[in-house]
Amino acid sequence: MRKPSFTTLMLIAGLLFLYLPMVILVVYSFNSSRLVTVWAGFSGRWYLELLRDRQILAAVWTSLRIAFFSASMAVCLGTLAAFVMVRFARFRGKTALSSMVTAPLVMPEVITGLSLLLLFVHMAQLVGWPADRGMVTIWIAHTTFCSAYVAVVVASRLREVDLSLEEAALDLGAPPVRTFFQITLPVIAPALAAGWLLAFTLSLDDLVIASFVSGPGATTLPMVVFSSVRMGVSPKINALATLIILAVSLATFIAWYLMRRSEARRRQAMLQDMTAGR
Amino acid sequence: MTNLTVRLRRRLKPGRGWVIAVPLLWLTLFFLLPFGIVLKISLSEAAISIPPYGPIFDYANETLNVIVTFSNYLFLTTDTLYVSAYWGSVKIALLATVLCLALGYPMAYAMARAPARWQLVLLLLVMLPSWTSFLIRVYAWMGILSNNGLVNNLLLWAGWIDSPIRMLNTNFAVILGIVYAYLPFMVLPLYANLTRLDGSLLEAAADLGSRKFNTFLKVTLPLSKGGIIAGSMLVFIPAVGEYVIPELLGGPNTVMIGKVLWEEFFHNRDWPVASALAMVMLAILIVPIALFHRYQSRELEE
Repeated sequence: MRKPSFTTLMLIAGLLFLYLPMVILVVYSFNSSRLVTVWAGFSGRWYLELLRDRQILAAVWTSLRIAFFSASMAVCLGTLAAFVMVRFARFRGKTALSSMVTAPLVMPEVITGLSLLLLFVHMAQLVGWPADRGMVTIWIAHTTFCSAYVAVVVASRLREVDLSLEEAALDLGAPPVRTFFQITLPVIAPALAAGWLLAFTLSLDDLVIASFVSGPGATTLPMVVFSSVRMGVSPKINALATLIILAVSLATFIAWYLMRRSEARRRQAMLQDMTAGR
Repeated sequence: MTNLTVRLRRRLKPGRGWVIAVPLLWLTLFFLLPFGIVLKISLSEAAISIPPYGPIFDYANETLNVIVTFSNYLFLTTDTLYVSAYWGSVKIALLATVLCLALGYPMAYAMARAPARWQLVLLLLVMLPSWTSFLIRVYAWMGILSNNGLVNNLLLWAGWIDSPIRMLNTNFAVILGIVYAYLPFMVLPLYANLTRLDGSLLEAAADLGSRKFNTFLKVTLPLSKGGIIAGSMLVFIPAVGEYVIPELLGGPNTVMIGKVLWEEFFHNRDWPVASALAMVMLAILIVPIALFHRYQSRELEE
């Protein structure tokens, strides 16, 4: 056997570093003891307690709804922004737009959260809306930072699209809007799906921004988890973590399977083209 | 830029104003404008009212008075807490970024050199943790590092130590947490950059008798500069303002500006000082953000 190189060893070490803590988290979710660090036998009781916890269940439902609507709106806005940045010639405000798309990717969350809250407070004083903060303000905040991520994902796909298709459609007299919906959109659909999923997980995961812009009416899942975790480790949170890791792993596996299948189909089509003497 | 792009752009000219307006207006209203409001409130006086700050424009006796105060900024310089929090945040973020790069670069390199059928799997494996919950991944370390946690129990059991080492609630735990949480964001741009590296350049270098390490230093490293900058900024900038990690893993000696701002806002309810803290943080981060933007817009447009 060939001796593995230094970088291969680092990759293995890095993956172990990433996954060991998660494995430990999952293992201790089946621990029957309340002390997360002492093993006292296998048990599923924390999952039952989790399912009986009304506060957590209500927060899950709130978070899922916010994430669904934020991701959907972010895909619309992000796709428009990506289209403008990739397809349109220079115009006044293009630099401003592209900075406003890249800056949210790195902006510390405390700054984004604080600034949006102050905006909402001002708007409430000036125009009387939003009268009280809650799901709608969280939705606006999440849509704003998620659309930046969507724009980056979609833009990188848009750059690879074969322009001659769009050109042909326009040549044949299709108006630009129709060309976009019938030609461009189907081609970039996988990127839209990826962007939507990314935005969905980002919105589900956000604690800091939501804490700033939320009101008494809306408590999201990260807020409940955070207030519980601050008190110390709790096996119920381990059970919740296990379910989240399971869901994300399943979704990733399905995505991988679909990508591999379309890859295989593309390779087969290419082989056929080649054997047909092209 | 190809001819086709230019032609296409001309075709798209009519009616494009509307397409531009929607994202531009949304982001201006909900991203740019809020910074102006933060600036405004950082220049106002704290007041016991709802909302807890005084007005900047005061219309009385038919004259418009503008009340601007720099006292909040001056206040930041008088209390050493704030200065040491900024300094501490930058130091911790810098150290975590360097460690992330040291671990992430070889990982990305190995991924880019892996057989094609493995690359997608490896990429998904590296990114998957970042799609689960950030909060829960930080929480995982609480159980591992605590005084009666896994690491201490193992060390005690092996007989290497007599009493638990304090690891949780230290700066070490905070740096470890940042490296752990942000590692995928370091690897992703590095991998994207290194896969595009032209293999024939490396071959040419080898043909001309360059040693492997020399080739790496003179060819691979300079060509991956963009990826290094992007990855480092994706770690460094959010890490400076990090709140969750110092709150959960940090201890009394960990003063980071994100946590100070949070406490100033939620516990002391001093909105003007919190705003001033945010403005100064933004001023510190503006150069790294501009650096990141330059790299990212090159990625987006070319």
